[in-house]
Amino acid sequence: MSNNIPKKDQKMNRREFFLNSARAVGLAALGGLMWSAYVDEVTASTLLLRPPAALKEDDFLKTCIKCGMCVEACPYDTLMLAKPGDNKPLGTPYFVPREIPCYMCPDIPCVPVCPTGALDEKLVTTNNKLDIKKADMGVAVIDDNSCIAFWGIQCDACYRACPILGEAITVEYTKNERTGKHAFLKPVVHADACTGCGLCEKACVTEKAAIFVLPREVALGKAGDYYIKGWDKNDEKRLEKATSKITKTKLSERKAVDSLNDLGGILDD
Amino acid sequence: MINLIKKNRFLLLRRVSQISLMVLYIAANIWGLNILVGNLSSSKLFDVIPLSDPYAVLQMFAAGALIATDIIIGAVIIILFYMFIGGRAFCSWVCPVNMITDLSNYIRRKFEFNKIQKRQPASRNIRYYVLALSLIISFFMGITAFEFISPVSMIHRGIIFGLGFGWAAILIIFLFDLFVLKNGWCGHICPIGGFYSLIGKFSFIRVHHNHENCTACMKCKEVCPESQVLFMVTKDSIPVVSGECTNCGRCVEVCDDEALNFSIKNLKRKYNEIN
Repeated sequence: MSNNIPKKDQKMNRREFFLNSARAVGLAALGGLMWSAYVDEVTASTLLLRPPAALKEDDFLKTCIKCGMCVEACPYDTLMLAKPGDNKPLGTPYFVPREIPCYMCPDIPCVPVCPTGALDEKLVTTNNKLDIKKADMGVAVIDDNSCIAFWGIQCDACYRACPILGEAITVEYTKNERTGKHAFLKPVVHADACTGCGLCEKACVTEKAAIFVLPREVALGKAGDYYIKGWDKNDEKRLEKATSKITKTKLSERKAVDSLNDLGGILDD
Repeated sequence: MINLIKKNRFLLLRRVSQISLMVLYIAANIWGLNILVGNLSSSKLFDVIPLSDPYAVLQMFAAGALIATDIIIGAVIIILFYMFIGGRAFCSWVCPVNMITDLSNYIRRKFEFNKIQKRQPASRNIRYYVLALSLIISFFMGITAFEFISPVSMIHRGIIFGLGFGWAAILIIFLFDLFVLKNGWCGHICPIGGFYSLIGKFSFIRVHHNHENCTACMKCKEVCPESQVLFMVTKDSIPVVSGECTNCGRCVEVCDDEALNFSIKNLKRKYNEIN
């Protein structure tokens, strides 16, 4: 076919082809860049509470198909799908405990309906039985400056509201030195037992909740593997496999004295 | 009146299909009537049959998610359905955005915008680039890229679970199609349509053109949202072969000369061979 086209036009066609390809590549790069910047923006929100048994946020975002079946299954209308304007990863389920907390249904209706496994039954199962106490939606944090129990006013609303009271929240009694005759009833959250259901946040009597649920990665710190609890037999077991390995590098071949006055070759030249 | 219904029979059926599907989804969410639970991304029919959007699953796959069996079965059911039966029927019989773009298109025709702006400044192949780009971005970001911006799922989800700023997406698509590009969203950009164009090539239900009846009035081409698929009009008696045809049946109903009709692809061919 190309034999019929004059040489000059062929050349033009080739030029046009390259130009068009370059244009397409440029447009695609520009579009792709804007698109990924936008996606990065909407998925960046970390202060977000997911339904029980949700995978880790990274995996959750790639696995959730945004069908809303968990939302429909929830009998308390706890879960919502992020709408445009909510500033949250669009279409993914989340809940706001101060509005409607998770009531920790023993049969966890929201989890088995998930078609993609973004809510993974395995994460809330012990001995082949669903166990909502294994849920990890977040962890409750107390602001002891605004919690009135820390002021000395008697309040145990969060403690009473906790579905695993005595485990996830306990009350610590201390003497009120200010009055000399009263006691503080200070709530204490135990992060390992807390599921992050948010019933405490819902129940809190202060104007803005003094106890609130945050995603675990946001709320908790990490001591690091290099600290070992010497008083804890289990923790000390980590030392069992410890070896006294000597690190050898080029530097270790030199004498200790050599490195004392080492000017790093500054004066050599 | 009867003539009016006959002239819009597929349009009416399509609206019934689009709206009743939506009502079923809403009924499941509000009244717990579990015929069709979920939304267009993934749903469950009669509490048993999984259905899921194969394009969304493709993005999940590109993003590197572990894909559950339910989702794969659901996607395969949908792929097989559109591959063999529906073609791009999703676009014209199911997708809620179709109603918005049809309205734009209707206004365009009524106010004769098309006569002012004859040449469309964009290629219909953009949708395939968007499709490819969505998979590339999904792969590199580990996220279902198009699902986070898809106005289709945004609007459909919005109708069932609350719209938020989703109305802005509706408005943008409406205005874009009305003033910028004829059939802009569905015919040029939407990668879901692109995806179904690719798999719908094989579908059996096809519009067939009978060249002998054609009087070259061009009503069909004027009304068709993918008019390039009707290239054979006035020329040849063949079925529409392109997967880009949405099987909306608009051309069939506007034709006054019985030159276009739905047919089953292979049956028709055999029938023609016999005669």
